[in-house]
Amino acid sequence: MQIRIEHLSKHYATQAAVNDISFEVGTGEILGFLGPNGAGKSTSMKMITGYIGIGGGDIFIGEKSVRQHSDELKKYIGYLPENNPLYLDMPVMDYLAFCARLQGVPTERITDRLREMIRVCGLNAEKHKKIGELSKGYRQRVGLAQAMIHDPEILILDEPTTGLDPNQIVEIRQLIRDLGKAKTVILSTHILPEVEATCDRILIINKGKIVANGTAETLRQKASGSEILKVRIEEGDPQAIVSGLKSLPSIKEVQVLDGASSRFEIHGVSGSTAKKDIFHSCVAHGWVLSELIPVETRLEDIFRNLTLN
Amino acid sequence: MHAIWIIAKRELASFFDSLIAYIMLILFLGFSGFFTWLFGSNIFYTGQASLQAFFNVAYWTLFFFIPALTMRSLAEERKTGTIELLLTKAITDREVVWGKFLSTLLLVAIALLFTIPYIITVAKLGNLDIGQTLCGYFGLLLMSAAYTGIGIFASSLTANQIVAFLGALFIGLFFHIIFGVLSDSLTGWPGHVLEILSLSTHFKSMARGVLDSRDLIYFLSLAFLGLLLAEFSLTKRSIA
Repeated sequence: MQIRIEHLSKHYATQAAVNDISFEVGTGEILGFLGPNGAGKSTSMKMITGYIGIGGGDIFIGEKSVRQHSDELKKYIGYLPENNPLYLDMPVMDYLAFCARLQGVPTERITDRLREMIRVCGLNAEKHKKIGELSKGYRQRVGLAQAMIHDPEILILDEPTTGLDPNQIVEIRQLIRDLGKAKTVILSTHILPEVEATCDRILIINKGKIVANGTAETLRQKASGSEILKVRIEEGDPQAIVSGLKSLPSIKEVQVLDGASSRFEIHGVSGSTAKKDIFHSCVAHGWVLSELIPVETRLEDIFRNLTLN
Repeated sequence: MHAIWIIAKRELASFFDSLIAYIMLILFLGFSGFFTWLFGSNIFYTGQASLQAFFNVAYWTLFFFIPALTMRSLAEERKTGTIELLLTKAITDREVVWGKFLSTLLLVAIALLFTIPYIITVAKLGNLDIGQTLCGYFGLLLMSAAYTGIGIFASSLTANQIVAFLGALFIGLFFHIIFGVLSDSLTGWPGHVLEILSLSTHFKSMARGVLDSRDLIYFLSLAFLGLLLAEFSLTKRSIA
C-alpha cells in the first residue's frame, strides 16, 4: 500500500511542528525518517496513524484520505509509538491476543498469529511473564509484536531499536528488512548507521521541513558534490607532485596531508573522476602510487550539515 | 459492539488482577452490610420487611466507590501513553469510552449480586415486596451508570488519577445533594428545575418501587452525557 503525503502541516500554538512536507512511500520500500529531536518526526508519524489530527494538507493511504477515512484505515497500519507504552500488568500472551482481537484478526487465526509473533520476535522464554517484569529490550519486542500482530500492510515504527542490545538490533533490523520486501515501512531513528543498514531511502527533516530525500548514495553525492581521494605517492618531490597533479584538468585542488609519508588529499572537479589521470600522471613522472582511497562523506556529516544550519 | 466487549473484558480482568475489584467488593459489602444490619437506623428499626435501609446506604457508598473505580480508566492510559496505542488500533474513540463504562458497570453489578443474601434474609423475616426491591436494585444500577458516566468524563480530562477522582466527586456532589438542598430553599421555576436535576429525587422514587420513565430518562441521559463528553475530550486531540 502506498502512502502519499501532500503538503502536510501541523502547528502547536504558534510553533510549526511540521511545515508543508510532501513525500511518497511505495509498497516494498523502507523509508528512514531522520532528524534532530523535535524536528517533527513523531508528529508526522502520529498524523499518519490517525492519533492526532492533520493540521494542513492531507495524507493518502492507498488513495484514501486519512482526513476522511482515518478509522477505516487504522486496520492497515501497525504502529510502534516512541517510548513503547504497554500495559505493564498484562502477561505478554494476553496482551498480544487483546491487540489481535482489537485489530479484527479472526478468532481462529489468533493462535497462529500469536505463535508466529512470539517466534519472530524471540519472545518464547518470556511469553507468560507480565510485561512489567520484562527488560527494556524484551518490552521493545513486545511493542514490535503488537504492531505486526495483524500482519498490516503498513508499519510505522518510531525508534524501533532503542533499548535493544547489539545482537537484538541486528535481528530486528533483519526482521524489518524482510518485512519491508512486501510492505510499506516508515521508521524513525537517531542512529545513522541504522538507516544505512535498513532503509531503501532516507528522508531528513529539520524544523518541520524536508531538507534531504534520497538514497544514502545520492545524499552523499549531493552533499560532497565532488570526488575526494586520499593518495600516497612515493619517490617524488612533494612540491613537484602537488603542482603536477594540480595541472590535471580533472583535479580542482591538492593538499599535502603529511609531507614525510607523502600523503595527499585530492578534490576532483565535480562530475568526473580523477583516478585514471592520477595513475597516468604518476607513470609519466615515474612516481610510485602506493595508496588510493576514495573518501566517503559520512552520513553523520551530511546530517550535521543539513540540520545545524 | 464487538470492540466494546473486548475492551470491557480486559478492563474487568485488570480490575481483578490489580486487586481493585476485591478491595472494592469487600469495602462495599462491609460498609453497606454494617450500616444495613448493625448500625444506626438499620433494617430492624423500620419494623417493615423492606430493603429501604440498604438502598439508603448503597446510595452513599456507590457515590464514593464509583469515582474510585473510574478514576484510572482514561487518566492512567493518558499518563502511561498507552492511550496512543489503544486509539491507533482499528477501533473508534467511542468504543474505547463505552468499553471502559461497561467494565465499571459490570463490576458494580457484581457487587450488587453479592447482596442477594440480603433479599433472601429479609424475605424470610417477613413479607418482602419483590417488585419494589427489584425496582430499587434497578435504581441503584441506573444511578451507578450515571456516576460511571460522570467518572469517566472526569478521568478523560486529566492524566492524574487523584484529580479525576476528586473531579468526579465534585461533579457528582451537585447531583447527589446540592441540587436537592437548593431546590428545597428555592421557590418557583428555579426550584422546580433543580428538583428535576437532583439525583436523589429520582432515586428515592425508584427505591420506593415507582418505575417512572422520567427517572429512567434522567439516569440514562446523565450517563450518555458523561460518555459523550468523555468521547469529545478524547477526540479533541485530533481536532487541528
